[in-house]
Amino acid sequence: MSSLEGRGLSCTRGYATLFRDVSFRVGAGEWVAVRGPNGSGKTTLLRCAAGLSRANAGEVTRDGALLYSGHLPGIKDDLTTEENLAGSLALQGVVAHGPSITEALARAGLGKRRHLAARRLSAGQRRRIGLARLMLDPAPVWILDEPLTALDDEGQALFTELLSRHLDRGGLALLATHHDLAPPPARELRIGA
Amino acid sequence: MNFYYFSSPSTFYRLAGKLAPWFFALALVSGIAGMYSGFVVAPTDAQQGEVYRVIFIHVPAAWMSMFTYFVMACYGAVSLTFNTRLAAMMARALAPTGAMFTFVALWTGAFWGRPTWGAYWVWDARLTSELVLLFLYIGFMALANSFEDARRGDRAAALLALIGLVNLPIIYFSVQWWNTLHQGSSVSFKGTSMHVAMLWAMLLMMFSFWMYAIGVALVRCRTIILERERRTQWVRSLT
Amino acid sequence: MNAAAAPMPAAAGGSFGAGFAWAFSRDLTLSLRHPGEALLVVAFFVLVATLFPLGVGADPQLLARIGPGVIWVCALLAAFLSLPGLFAGDYADGTLEQMTLSPHPMPGWVAGKIAAHWVASGLPLTVLSPLLGLQYGLDAQTLGTLVLALLLGTPTLSLLGAACSALALGARGSGVLLALLALPLFVPVLIFGAGAAEAQAASLSPTPHLSLLGAGLILATMGLPFAACTAIRIALD
Repeated sequence: MSSLEGRGLSCTRGYATLFRDVSFRVGAGEWVAVRGPNGSGKTTLLRCAAGLSRANAGEVTRDGALLYSGHLPGIKDDLTTEENLAGSLALQGVVAHGPSITEALARAGLGKRRHLAARRLSAGQRRRIGLARLMLDPAPVWILDEPLTALDDEGQALFTELLSRHLDRGGLALLATHHDLAPPPARELRIGA
Repeated sequence: MNFYYFSSPSTFYRLAGKLAPWFFALALVSGIAGMYSGFVVAPTDAQQGEVYRVIFIHVPAAWMSMFTYFVMACYGAVSLTFNTRLAAMMARALAPTGAMFTFVALWTGAFWGRPTWGAYWVWDARLTSELVLLFLYIGFMALANSFEDARRGDRAAALLALIGLVNLPIIYFSVQWWNTLHQGSSVSFKGTSMHVAMLWAMLLMMFSFWMYAIGVALVRCRTIILERERRTQWVRSLT
Repeated sequence: MNAAAAPMPAAAGGSFGAGFAWAFSRDLTLSLRHPGEALLVVAFFVLVATLFPLGVGADPQLLARIGPGVIWVCALLAAFLSLPGLFAGDYADGTLEQMTLSPHPMPGWVAGKIAAHWVASGLPLTVLSPLLGLQYGLDAQTLGTLVLALLLGTPTLSLLGAACSALALGARGSGVLLALLALPLFVPVLIFGAGAAEAQAASLSPTPHLSLLGAGLILATMGLPFAACTAIRIALD
């Protein structure tokens, strides 16, 4: 069973204490929302949970492969949409064949833009490459920072559907978002004010 | 007393404050004794006259410049391995002193070179290595101060110091090799056999520089601690 | 939108070789799509090597004497020029984070990136060096030794440069800072690399120099990718 747990996490950056003694637990089939005002340390908390940043105190334990998506989409301008998706999947060790990639891009609304260089895509379209990745990457633990950024209504609906499907399969998610998503969060974690 | 007690900045601040004057006193006493031995007691050199006496500053300075880099890199290694703040601050505190010793070694080398070979700078292996070492120090200080987040600067500079430490023998060896190939002049300290006063002078000056370096590092570290911890209660209660 | 769930692809584990191949092919593809950058480095190399005779005069003996050293310094500067972009692009668009989180071991893809960097910068310089050597009037044997020395030395420069580039990620004034960090570390490679060609020119054996270059390369390959990994982790913290 996959799980993600953080205990007593504290983080200081520069002279500011971002958060102190934060604990959370996300079990299989549920998602936890991280909420708080801008600059309150949500991003840092998610990065600590993912293992990118080191917390000054506390520890994080994770059972299951991780899929992390932060503010920066991890898309290379000079590669095509298809190459970007195939590349990010290969990077995470996911074996995905051509047809499934094509299908995922089509579902994400990027079917006609498969062979375009990513620099020609809008911000929302770049985000949709991320959605296609969510379709194909089997990692059970999702840590996503503002996943609905730049997505239009259709994109947001697609994400919500993918999230439900993910939870049904026994996956779990830690999401920083100020939106209210359709499958409600099991818990809410408030950072900052 | 628990080992970790001394690794807290506030404890170290007080301890360093008490110890530093003693180190300066030791540096002063041994420095005076060393200078006396070197500049008054030691005999005039048959070939090089009075000018050779500059080696009593040049050699200890050069030696300290390398030793300080080694200690700095060790503190860097400790700070990276154990993620302690104080070790990183000590590394930062040592860097300017090490750079100063390197600069002094270069200057005294040039000062000696002029009367001895007629040139201020000869591409001697040791002097050239000292020059590269100076750049390593400057690189360390530049990198440490290039980031908004001081901790990030600490860690990057600590890693750089370690890379530099591994490279230092290689650089030294390669410059030595290059120098013998190109038959450059060599700074030789054994023109005549070492009079016992010369040996004493050398050792005393070395010790003096060492004590001075520790004293200065302690004082500088206190300043760094004050700056880093300025928002904490114990610092506020000092004023 | 298709409501039925398609079966998820399988996840293979991570491996050093897969990570290396991934990074190597990707970075090489990206360089080929922007050949301008690599060509610029090569142009700089040729330009600076051409400036020296203009500065010191065209005396053939002098040029033959300084040729190996000058070509090596130009190679150093040119290699150094292409360093800032090694990790900076990935750092800026979030790819570096994804790579750090990958199941492929970190030294693998770091080594792949460094190898791709060398293929796009050090290798063209090595291939072009005989032409420059002719400009300086070096004989065939010296040219051969020079090429061999560059072949052994430029990968070491890429490795050293990569560690420095990773350290300076996100730093203020990173261009000049990088020079300050990398160039002192380049000194041994310069000494033995130029020394090899000069020894050959003086009809002495360049074997000691080349062996030392080779040993340095092995040491660098074993240690520096790990140093670069640590530096990247520090940068992403």
